Amino acid sequence: MSAIPSDLNDPATRGADLLRRPHWTPAAATGIALVIAALLALPLVSLLRIAAIGDAEIWPHLAAYVIPNAAAQTVLLLAGVAVVTTVAGAGAAWLVTTFRFPGRGILLWLLPLPLALPTYIAAYVYGDTLDAAGPLQSALRALFGWHAASDYWFPPVRSLPGAILIIGFVLYPYVYLAARAMFQTQCAIFIDAARATGASSARAMRDIALPLARPALAVGVALALLETLNDIGATEYLGVQTLTLSVFTTWLNRGSLPGAAQIALAMLAIVAALIAFEAYGRRHQRYQSVQDNRVTAPVVLHGGRAALALIACLVPVAFGFLIPAGFLLREAILRSLRGGIDPALLRHGVTTITLAANATLVILLLGLAATLARRLVPWRLIAGGVSIATLGYAIPGTVLALGLLGPLVAIDDTINWLTLRVSGTNIGLILAGSSAALIIAYNVRFLAIAIGFMQAGLARIPNEFDEVARACGAGPARLVGDIHLPLLRPALWGAALLVFVDCLKELPMTLLLRPLNTETLSTYIYQFASRGNFEDGALAALLIVSVGLLPVIRMVHLAEANPAARTKRGK
Amino acid sequence: MFAAAKPLVWALVALGALTAAGGAFAQSGEVNVYTYRETKLIQPLFDAFTKDTGVKVNIISASSGLEQRIKSEGERSPADVLLTVDIGRLEDAVRAGITQPIVSPALDKVVAAQYRDPEGHWAGISLRARVVYASKERVKQDSITYEELADPKWKGKICIRSGQHIYNNALIAAFIAKHGEAKAEEWLRGVKANLAQKPSGGDRETARDVAAGKCDLGIGNTYYWALMATSEAQKPWADATKVILPTFDGGGTHVNVSGVALAKYAPNKANAMTLIEWLTGEKAQHIYADVNYEYPLRTGVAVNPIIAGYGTLKPDTLELSKVAVAKKAAAALVDKVGFDN
Repeated sequence: MSAIPSDLNDPATRGADLLRRPHWTPAAATGIALVIAALLALPLVSLLRIAAIGDAEIWPHLAAYVIPNAAAQTVLLLAGVAVVTTVAGAGAAWLVTTFRFPGRGILLWLLPLPLALPTYIAAYVYGDTLDAAGPLQSALRALFGWHAASDYWFPPVRSLPGAILIIGFVLYPYVYLAARAMFQTQCAIFIDAARATGASSARAMRDIALPLARPALAVGVALALLETLNDIGATEYLGVQTLTLSVFTTWLNRGSLPGAAQIALAMLAIVAALIAFEAYGRRHQRYQSVQDNRVTAPVVLHGGRAALALIACLVPVAFGFLIPAGFLLREAILRSLRGGIDPALLRHGVTTITLAANATLVILLLGLAATLARRLVPWRLIAGGVSIATLGYAIPGTVLALGLLGPLVAIDDTINWLTLRVSGTNIGLILAGSSAALIIAYNVRFLAIAIGFMQAGLARIPNEFDEVARACGAGPARLVGDIHLPLLRPALWGAALLVFVDCLKELPMTLLLRPLNTETLSTYIYQFASRGNFEDGALAALLIVSVGLLPVIRMVHLAEANPAARTKRGK
Repeated sequence: MFAAAKPLVWALVALGALTAAGGAFAQSGEVNVYTYRETKLIQPLFDAFTKDTGVKVNIISASSGLEQRIKSEGERSPADVLLTVDIGRLEDAVRAGITQPIVSPALDKVVAAQYRDPEGHWAGISLRARVVYASKERVKQDSITYEELADPKWKGKICIRSGQHIYNNALIAAFIAKHGEAKAEEWLRGVKANLAQKPSGGDRETARDVAAGKCDLGIGNTYYWALMATSEAQKPWADATKVILPTFDGGGTHVNVSGVALAKYAPNKANAMTLIEWLTGEKAQHIYADVNYEYPLRTGVAVNPIIAGYGTLKPDTLELSKVAVAKKAAAALVDKVGFDN
């Protein structure tokens, strides 16, 4: 079970040539898998210990008044976000892949941009613009001569449907990027075949492209839903009583940290089960090995149809990025003109980028090691260890941070014990009290993205390559260096950029674990938001978006480069 | 382009290693503050403190979990002072065993006993009141009781943020402490029946909704309104509303403290005590009044004119520790009546 479904080849087909490998490979792979599994085991064991303290008193209350409503709201929210992200993400990916229409070139760049926008910021922007006192409703009142907001009905933005739309339109790029990559390469040959038999584009989409893209869609939707499940800022503001929120109220208000840990672990178990179930559903399907990178012949659209396609793709971009970013830009300019620019912002920006870059580097190295270990040594133990490591993405950030505190301090205490023995000095909390805590926390949380991307990338390299290389006498080092790494480059970049952007945006773990006097752009904005003045943080929000944009653009550049040429270069 | 990025990446890595190594220590001439208050809000205070005393203030601000962090850090915790809002959080810190008594005759002299822990584990610094933002146009009365918020005459006319937010949690806890759980449940059901919309947003959104006519009454904290009244963009919302200081039947207005606790293993205890005493001194109390729009707790320091414009605050006399005790029951009550659903 893995937080990110991947389509790895059946280990059974590869077990046989294990004997031909130098003996250190399995040992090294086992070591890597264990280290990575330990990384997640740290907070998990610490949470289990908190949960095991137990709080029997609170459960009848939770079961009667809290969980039913929270579970229902969570399921509805997730279902809604799944629908919005799939329709917007897969729909847009299909349109820009299958058709040619005016504006498509720009859309290829615009469609992934909402990735750079933190969900809670989008929630604040829409709350401000669409609520009763916002510009839209004020204009409507002036236009129709209504006196007060109670004189008419307007769909409330702070509501479950509001949350579904706002979160869905910000998170659809996860699905879009996965679907686009799949439609571009894997499906082309089949769609061409379907068209040759006279099937319409829509039928080709329904019967061929969508089923073939299912693993990619599953990865994208899973990421979007886990991101939704981790959210607390947007849902709390929009008044949606999710299970994640109930973890917090159980801890902070109902005064039961064990109860909170129990809810969080139960949620984790359900997520793990769902993901395992999805993977089980696809257990007999093989997606790998279509190596024909021909791009399918596009259908050129004209007139009304072209306009429709353009509008269909513009809607998610506008709601997910252009409108909120435009709002932030306006507020940032207004405020900077009036009050000047906070000189500390530059320092916070550098801190944010430094932290994100360091964390990304470590996450990539660990993720790559784990993925390769799993490919080279098809042992269940290793696959299991790697899968456990990816569960970190399914634990809400603050809960994860709480779970990490204990183990980090325990390690620090050991280090201090050692240094006292050896040199007589007390060096303090060298992990828990420094940025190391954040880097470790980001690793636990975002390793799943890196591993998910790399496994998907590796699965597209046929096993025959490995076998041929080995037959020619290449050892594991040469196999990885000469075959896997070059072919993995797009996946590596994709993972790097997504992880980097996620680290930039991360709020709850950063808030709780950061060292003294350390402020990231996210935590900087948060203090304005919690004071009811999030617009004062508009410039910082815009900085996150701009820094996040650079990798997103790089990612688009990579994805849109001619896949055939790329593969040739790689080979 | 990305080949050029490589040295940059390594520079960042090196920088990260340096930051990692640098952050961990506390030196003399410093004091480490863990706080739930926003940095922007307390920075003017700390700047003034450093100017007065030469002691540098290091800050970690968060929204939750600082008690757990200090507890986990144990004896090596760099925390000297925990600065927070809400009596419940102060009591949580005491219960978590991460505090030590503040022994300061100077502080005892200027802060009324009602706003200090009898054992000295926390001390209040400033007050805020939970009040009613009323539509100037649609609400004629200038006084109201908390009990009246459940009166059916307000049906569909009240806006409020989540009942689980600490500000509302403390208000409901105070109601329980004063009237008992059964009465409080009846009251909370009444308030719920009067809501114009599902609880959401924050106090600022509540004020906006009153101003735009979504509801007639909103529940919010005193300083939010003052912040709106002094902000160019938000002034229209303040202009359309008035602040009524509600009272409990036969009692006063519900107030909560922002307060301070001394960490059990404070490595810079002397500096921490200097800071705590300084925070209750004249200069700091004026900053609390005029920059943060809170009620200063030091006797003799005047409130800001905007806050004074609400009328004379008559804080309820119920001990805050009793409010803290009832907080869990208040959270359960919010669940039971489905206040946020």
